[in-house]
Amino acid sequence: MASGDRPLSPHLQVYRPQITSILSILHRMTGVGLWAGALLMTYWIASATYGPEAFAQAQSILGSWFGRLVLLGLTVAMFYHLGNGIRHMAWDIGWGYEMKTLTLTGWALLVFTLVMTLLTFLAGYWVAGAF
Amino acid sequence: MELRSPLGRVRGLGAAKEGGTAQWWAQRMTAIALVPLTVWFVISAISMVGADYAQFRAWAGAHGNPVLLIMLTVAVYHHGHLGMQVIIEDYIHHEAARFTALILVKLAAVFLAIYTIFSVAKLTFGG
Repeated sequence: MASGDRPLSPHLQVYRPQITSILSILHRMTGVGLWAGALLMTYWIASATYGPEAFAQAQSILGSWFGRLVLLGLTVAMFYHLGNGIRHMAWDIGWGYEMKTLTLTGWALLVFTLVMTLLTFLAGYWVAGAF
Repeated sequence: MELRSPLGRVRGLGAAKEGGTAQWWAQRMTAIALVPLTVWFVISAISMVGADYAQFRAWAGAHGNPVLLIMLTVAVYHHGHLGMQVIIEDYIHHEAARFTALILVKLAAVFLAIYTIFSVAKLTFGG
């Protein structure tokens, strides 16, 4: 049998979405998205080597409404990937494979992501003097 | 009759032959390093909200900050490269496209890491 004709597994189109599978693909998607975060970090640091005007421009771009929106998305992706990375480390040492535990740590991850993102932005606005 | 054990038969083949375990391990090592480093960076970035050039230079050159920034840079781009490599190998089945993507991602990760490290060094020693 020609291997190219074989159906690929898993058959995603007939699978009901589950918290385990959704969170798994989100780990990859946030990982790819965080490349934008790495690029912004490099841009932010490198801008200062071109002098005060270049750094001020970087600060104003990152602080604009669009910059803040991108940073919000990156903060969500970062805390998600960080939290799920810790889940992966637990799995690597053999812990947390029971369905009940998987579901529980999955929901805990979503709460962690939401709370940490909120705290980060509250702290950022506080430093900016918003309140 | 096969007298060799299943372990003996697979030794030196597949992932073990290609150094797959080394990449798996490096992905975990960089992940462990990134947990405290990213938390430190987020707190630092928050403290730099609205900062001017002088405040940023003072932070970027202070105490252990350049060392932590370089460690973060190495861990981020190494981890990012390993992750992208796995994704490319999983999803891009066209051989030429896969090799092109693998080469581009590796070169990009190495270039960005060196450029960031050079920038940190320049901010620290460049006066």
